[in-house]
Amino acid sequence: MFDRLNFPQPWLSWVLFLTWQILSDGVTGGSVVLGLILAWIIPQLTHGFWPERPGFKKPWRMPAYILRVLKDIVIASFSVAWLILSPRSPRPVFISYPLKLEHPLAISILASTISLTPGTVSADISDDNKTLLIHALDAASDQEVINDIYNSYEKPLMEMFQ
Amino acid sequence: MSQFAEYAISALLLFGGAFTLVGAIGLARLPDFYTRLHGPTKATTVGVGAIMLSSVIYFSSVDQGIDFSEILITVFLFMTAPVSANMLAKAAMHIGVKTVKDTEGNPWHQ
Repeated sequence: MFDRLNFPQPWLSWVLFLTWQILSDGVTGGSVVLGLILAWIIPQLTHGFWPERPGFKKPWRMPAYILRVLKDIVIASFSVAWLILSPRSPRPVFISYPLKLEHPLAISILASTISLTPGTVSADISDDNKTLLIHALDAASDQEVINDIYNSYEKPLMEMFQ
Repeated sequence: MSQFAEYAISALLLFGGAFTLVGAIGLARLPDFYTRLHGPTKATTVGVGAIMLSSVIYFSSVDQGIDFSEILITVFLFMTAPVSANMLAKAAMHIGVKTVKDTEGNPWHQ
């Protein structure tokens, strides 16, 4: 019975514990106990969904990446807002983006980044995890969008994971 | 509350409200399902981000000390918005929603 009383993913447990402390109103005895229970039970329940451990090689590069994404979100939001209000109609494009990343977590971070930055939504991933289907709201050419995404997001992610 | 905080809160609220409004206008104006998909993910990222920031400033200046719960709301929103957009796009491709006719490229059928 006691062999399940462990923390298979210590980092996930820490994140869950700290998140619970922030969510509850001030750190009290009750919130610590409940936080510990959640930090133990959620990794146990979601164990099956994580076939391999996230392989961060250089996690300290993450804050710079997040800041860059936030900056891009704000800048690109203005261009999308302008496009919505301007009379000309947009030129939507479906783009097949060739993925160079291999790690599943890295790919899902990239896909989420693409969806969050205005003007592009990642719509689907091919069964062999090699191609990402992206819908761009307004793009002059495929290649331009592919180069943009590769230089600003995929390259930093590759440095982080490989 | 200092005067500076009041101005900052008002500016952020107006900014966030304006972006959410533009997102809603986009939902009505854009030509097809896939382009309309851009509305909800965009309006939430900047519009809600600005409104949350104003809430952080308000509660920090009233209670003294930064309150992190609002930041967490924003983080959760940023994590869930792309997933829902992805699910909507997949469902649309699955049932074969028509694209507007000058769309380049094609959705997949797999």
